[in-house]
Amino acid sequence: MNVTMLIERLQPQSEQEACEIVKQAKLDRWSLAIEGGGTRAGLGRPVQADAVLSTRHLTGITLYEPAELVISARAGTPLAEVEAALAAKGQMLPFEPADYRALYGTQGEPTIGAVAACNLSGPRRIQTGAARDALIGVRLVNGEAQAVKSGGRVMKNVTGLDLVKLTCGAHGTLGLLTEVTFKLLPRPEAQATLILDGLDDAQAIAAMGSALSSPFEVSGAAHLPAGHDGAGAQTLLRLERDAQSLAYRAQKLVERLAPFGSVRRVEGAESAALWRDIAQVKPLTKAHGPAIWKLSLPAHKAAACMKAISENLGARYFYDWGGGLVWLAVMPGDDAGALRIRAAVAEAHGHATLMRAPDEIRKAQDVFAPLGAALMKVTSGIKQSFDPDGIFNPGRMYAGV
Amino acid sequence: MSIPFPLPDEAILARRDEILAGLAPLLPPEALITTEDERRAFETDAFTAYRRVPLAVALPTTTEEVSAVLRYCHEQGVKVVARGAGTSLSGGAIPQTDAIVLGLSKLNRILDVNFPNRTARVQAGVTNLSITEAVSAEGFFYAPDPSSQLACTIGGNIGMNSGGAHCLKYGVTTNNILGVRMVQMDGTILDLGGEAMDAPGYDLLGVMVGSEGQLGIITEAVVRILPMAEDARPVLFGFDTSEEAGACVAAIIGAGIIPVAMEFMDKEAIAICEAFAKAGYPLDVGAMLIIEVEGSGVEMDAQLAKIIDIAKQHNVRVVRESKSAMETAAIWKGRKSAFGATGRLADYICMDGTVPTGQLSYVLKRTGEICAAAGHRVANVFHAGDGNMHPLIMFDVNDPKSAASAEHIGLELLKLCVDAGGCLTGEHGVGIEKRDLMRYQFTEDDLRQQMRVRAVFDPQWLLNPAKVFPLDGRE
Repeated sequence: MNVTMLIERLQPQSEQEACEIVKQAKLDRWSLAIEGGGTRAGLGRPVQADAVLSTRHLTGITLYEPAELVISARAGTPLAEVEAALAAKGQMLPFEPADYRALYGTQGEPTIGAVAACNLSGPRRIQTGAARDALIGVRLVNGEAQAVKSGGRVMKNVTGLDLVKLTCGAHGTLGLLTEVTFKLLPRPEAQATLILDGLDDAQAIAAMGSALSSPFEVSGAAHLPAGHDGAGAQTLLRLERDAQSLAYRAQKLVERLAPFGSVRRVEGAESAALWRDIAQVKPLTKAHGPAIWKLSLPAHKAAACMKAISENLGARYFYDWGGGLVWLAVMPGDDAGALRIRAAVAEAHGHATLMRAPDEIRKAQDVFAPLGAALMKVTSGIKQSFDPDGIFNPGRMYAGV
Repeated sequence: MSIPFPLPDEAILARRDEILAGLAPLLPPEALITTEDERRAFETDAFTAYRRVPLAVALPTTTEEVSAVLRYCHEQGVKVVARGAGTSLSGGAIPQTDAIVLGLSKLNRILDVNFPNRTARVQAGVTNLSITEAVSAEGFFYAPDPSSQLACTIGGNIGMNSGGAHCLKYGVTTNNILGVRMVQMDGTILDLGGEAMDAPGYDLLGVMVGSEGQLGIITEAVVRILPMAEDARPVLFGFDTSEEAGACVAAIIGAGIIPVAMEFMDKEAIAICEAFAKAGYPLDVGAMLIIEVEGSGVEMDAQLAKIIDIAKQHNVRVVRESKSAMETAAIWKGRKSAFGATGRLADYICMDGTVPTGQLSYVLKRTGEICAAAGHRVANVFHAGDGNMHPLIMFDVNDPKSAASAEHIGLELLKLCVDAGGCLTGEHGVGIEKRDLMRYQFTEDDLRQQMRVRAVFDPQWLLNPAKVFPLDGRE
């Protein structure tokens, strides 16, 4: 999005003010591009809007009850502020929110609202669920300028339709999130990563599958094929526990992984650095040129799918989530390999999102996987039901939505 | 009994024969139930105070038959109430006289278990427990475990976003489903999600889960299966007072310990469940927690030592560990049969509000006061770790005043939960039971937004229309 073209940046100080702005936008038939920290503006289709609606001044933690494992914050609160408050009490967001500043080459501070709006989860998603699983409450302003809440602050809540899930991952197309509530987990005392060397993709997925099918609660399972930084292939398996349990489980897991070869082990900060790189897609973002895709695949079909893709495209990639997620870098070309990638991924019953590419490609290509007619009809209906005049982030996810 | 039903559509009632004739060719002969006696078996669910005999009952055997029935009903303007095993405690499956019941009980096959992907594809009518049974030999289980898991179906679990005792660690239904095949009211078959970890576009699966049969009919689901822990051990902790037990729960979580389950019973519930299950519950305490830990023997010992330390600071009087698989089974049998065991003593209604765990002690105290003032016995048995309360308010079904008073108190207790920062229902659903309290928790704008989303799927309000949303002010 080219923000310099926009004539105005609206920065409400409160939910009430946000409602007033949306009311005015509705009257004046303005569209609004929602902006948090601006670190992920390159995610989604480029938005053409009449003004920017910024959450910059909607900040602050509004509720934090460590003994209840719950935190609420206004949408524009920097993620770093939330994470610091949690760390001070030995807690964390369970899903390891992804920081894409390296991916997009952006500065600034990611916000907690954008984490919810984009449903962005890191490696721990494989064990503790995604952002959408931890998000238990939202407040938002819809396109009718109404402040609407869904969910709440309690762990179990099935009262009414779960609009929390709809808004999580809607990329701001359904309304302006003003406040979000997440459930939390205690931060584990210690961590270790077990590393298997030299496995091919199919072996690596089998090894990760074995680890994830064990009772040892593996909280990260990634595979870097050979060639990253000239290194050989590495399969990484993370355990996060108290020190005593960690030692026991690491030993048991090493025994279980014996059929896949010998196991190296790194601990503490060294282990944490490995996973920070995975979460930030660092293995692919050191070079700035390539387009980057995020593929969501059934783990048991991932290796065959990637074989089909890489034979055609000479791509670089790595696996996370035990093979359920693949980050893929290709040369942009005309379509960033979209035709071949989408065909191979569809064959495997997965889907592909074009996470990074020049604006002109993201204008011409679908960024999110195209939906069938019946799903698109429901999708358009949902958009209409929140934002009938198409005020928020027009076209961010799909043309016309 | 005071919950109103919408007035039946007389035109539909008058056309009953024609509608049955229209449905007949869409289903195998034995799959359409029309006689009064047989229809009566479907007149209520586990919320038995209310009942309505439906127009007919369809028991389709394929997704295509579901689609044909819905398409026909859509054309004819006939309302449809989905039904799994009929175990809803909120009246989610109670019919109305101008609606057909669409039962999923014949869609009862496990279609595929995929261990490398750690998923299973099942039809909507399989029981919750049978999924675990199908994968347990390989060391896996399906995590959400409502007390009715022997009978309740996965389709019903998805409809209500069911929980259970172990969701403190493993999450509720919505956290354990990756995909569904569903049929929209106009007969369109949709796949939401699948065998991958997520799906493109809006999280339609997320809004389907817990939609109480109002957005579409689920015919298949892809569920996550999880590896079982090495071992598990429940431990009983007895306290003099409910307040001490409640404070102990908050302190355990505050100390960074997440046991796999933390179940609370008050004195009344302990006595009722012990009489039924002979589980070795302590009878001389005022409140009890069942805390389950998982892992290796050494890991469980270490976690228990920490928990016991905390419990001691809250004046725990009895600590009793399970010493065998049989004892473990008895401890859980007692807990999971709490509703049935209470039913042997008296009629009861079971509430399901959730409160912040820091409010447990206060809400328990007020619950006792409110019930005592109205002259009702109450047993409290619930998931303490996540604040999901289940007061069982006992009454005499032969005394209309007693029944009405119990119902009234139940609603007061739910308001108490909302006032304490919680919600009306943690896992049983709104159904008809809490429908008319929705405005206590939500504003008109909140509800209208939900209803607009509902209307995207079912603009004519034909799917389970008497539920969830107050009957007046619908869009």
